[in-house]
Amino acid sequence: MDAFVFLVSAAIVLTGAVGVLTSRNPVHAALFLVQTLFGVAVLFVLQDATFLAAVQVIVYAGAVVILFLFVIMLLGVDRAEDLGVEPIVGQRPVAAVIGASLMGLLLTLLLVATDGPTGAPGRTAPLGDAGDNTRRLGEALFTGHVFAVELTALLLTVAVVGAVVLARTVKGPLQPLPVVVVATATEPDEPADEGADEPADEGAEEEAKEEAKEEGSA
Amino acid sequence: MVVTTSWYLALGAVLFSLGAVGLLTRRNPLIMFMCVELMLNAVNLTFVSLGAELGDLGGQLSVFFVLVVAAAEVVVGLGIIVAIMRRRQGATADDLSVLGG
Repeated sequence: MDAFVFLVSAAIVLTGAVGVLTSRNPVHAALFLVQTLFGVAVLFVLQDATFLAAVQVIVYAGAVVILFLFVIMLLGVDRAEDLGVEPIVGQRPVAAVIGASLMGLLLTLLLVATDGPTGAPGRTAPLGDAGDNTRRLGEALFTGHVFAVELTALLLTVAVVGAVVLARTVKGPLQPLPVVVVATATEPDEPADEGADEPADEGAEEEAKEEAKEEGSA
Repeated sequence: MVVTTSWYLALGAVLFSLGAVGLLTRRNPLIMFMCVELMLNAVNLTFVSLGAELGDLGGQLSVFFVLVVAAAEVVVGLGIIVAIMRRRQGATADDLSVLGG
């Protein structure tokens, strides 16, 4: 029974991962990501990590992927991407070689280690059964690892503040990124004007505002 | 057929490699982020499997903190992507080569 559940969820996980890699539309990639995350949650349940399975579904599938979808929809980048072109020559073969060697290395390590993973069984935080999992995890988090929990709280606060700072609207016209043609060594024609942030006279400022409006409407 | 820890570790290895290949090949920054999530999930699976093998709660504790860090990373990363996309519609990872100076 365990083997059946494992094989089915492994198939779900791997097809989802391949889907993320190969889908041309970012929305489809996000949905494939949900598939993979659910498969991993099933594998967590199979290993009696019930709390993490719930958190996986709620935080990852519920929050992170929704955030991805929000950004995709808000930015309007949900159009299909042409996967046929390869802007950097030889990128895909090199990536395939790196991925294959990484996978081969890890799997070879598994095959060589015939006695399986080694190590001493835990003494300070023994693993309970599935029903006991959440209580034990909470006890361990808020007794032995309370400093780490406080640090993650600080990290989350910093991340929220950072996101707000990044998302604030900048006064004045936005400077578009300079257009650079990929895979050529030529410099852009004109170096960016250092005074471009603050237009000198009012006429230039109005021009810049109109440009910004056009960019916004385009 | 008994599911041993090695099965989970092998699945984690394959998932990690797939995520790495995706990160190296795709140019859409959002999909690159999703591939990072795939790699994080592969490592989470490995943590839980080894914790179950050794009867230690430490693996699951590590996964808990990885989840928190991943959530913070996604928030900041998507904020950066939104800030970039507002300046340049349809920017890909290649367009950010201007950061090189």
